[in-house]
Amino acid sequence: MGRISLEVNGRKVEKEAPDNTLLSTFLREHLQLTGTHIGCDTSQCGACVVHVDGNSLKSCTALAADVNGSKVTTIEGLETNGKMHPMQEAFKKLHGLQCGFCTPGMVMSAIDLLQKNKKPSDVEIRDWLEGNICRCTGYQNIVAAVKEAATKM
Amino acid sequence: MKDFNYHSAKDSKEASKLASSSSAFLAGGMTTIPSMKLGLATYKDLIDIKNIKKLSGIKVSGKSVTIGAATKHVEVSNSKDVKKAIPSLSSLAEGIGDPQVRNRGTIGGSIANNDPSADYPSACIALNAIIHTNERKIEANKFFKGMFETALKKGELIEAIEFQIPEKSSYQKHPNPASRYAIVGVYVAKHKGDVNVAVTGAKSCVYNDKEMSKALSGNFSSSSIDGMDLDSSEMNSDMHASADFRASLVVTQAKKAVDAC
Repeated sequence: MGRISLEVNGRKVEKEAPDNTLLSTFLREHLQLTGTHIGCDTSQCGACVVHVDGNSLKSCTALAADVNGSKVTTIEGLETNGKMHPMQEAFKKLHGLQCGFCTPGMVMSAIDLLQKNKKPSDVEIRDWLEGNICRCTGYQNIVAAVKEAATKM
Repeated sequence: MKDFNYHSAKDSKEASKLASSSSAFLAGGMTTIPSMKLGLATYKDLIDIKNIKKLSGIKVSGKSVTIGAATKHVEVSNSKDVKKAIPSLSSLAEGIGDPQVRNRGTIGGSIANNDPSADYPSACIALNAIIHTNERKIEANKFFKGMFETALKKGELIEAIEFQIPEKSSYQKHPNPASRYAIVGVYVAKHKGDVNVAVTGAKSCVYNDKEMSKALSGNFSSSSIDGMDLDSSEMNSDMHASADFRASLVVTQAKKAVDAC
């Protein structure tokens, strides 16, 4: 057992957790932040992507202990005063989702891309989303949504 | 995943002191954590080395580029110094996995794991790397021993990897489209006097292809290896590629690498 202290979506949290607790488990089961999804649980699908100290990572492949002390942002932390983040708005507007299971990871990953590359090309968007798998949309509308968000962020 | 004790080491000394026959060092965890989740590996103790400051960073001197073991792939791919000194090393790092893997995975972790399809081992062989550990210096061609096997002893920790700057070099990978691991990757580096042709993904362990090295050292042109018929008897054969296809890919990727130099 160890003490995990994190700042999650701007709120300080401190909880005891077994050392083998994954960050995804910590967020979902200890903090009830179930917006972070677990898809493959083998670090391939990207449904569990969150930001740790400003960079995206797959929370199913990080220990809560090894990000101790960090700032974590999950999909729940994106809205401000009930207003969706421009990336969420763009996904909604351009139908960048169907079943929605991969969407939290897609959105978190895409925001990280725009933090690093303000005007990505189609190829750069597709390349960046290599680690996010969607089985419904065929990606066209996801790419369109990321491009739309790039004009708003 | 079975439970274990997590430790965060302050320095190499503490890390190796904590090590035992049932421990592992944890850097990015991109292989260690999935292996543990799948039950392929179990440890009593995980010793996190990410917070050891000395293990991160990139230094360039006139003849070499030295990269700390806990330096992440994204740091290598973004480094202006690496881009200038050995551009092929920077693009190799940019082609590993996906952005989230590159945000976490480390060069030392990749080398210590020695996956037969990993990218970095080929860079070590091609660029005559010296692996600095907390105990000694090991030449790359004596470091990679076999599938997932290295010369590292229990508790021995990689601290940095020193790459020799070549005259010209290129890494060409035919990636598995799902995992981005190399089905075959070839790293060609022309040094003063000789040429290394390091191959990953083709056999159970990275190797320097002597036949192509010799041909290219004589005449550094893709025509000197064109149509070369490599022995495929020791090459991997799986659902992604047969041994014969891999043998052919090695030559194709090597030619591409020479042309890109």
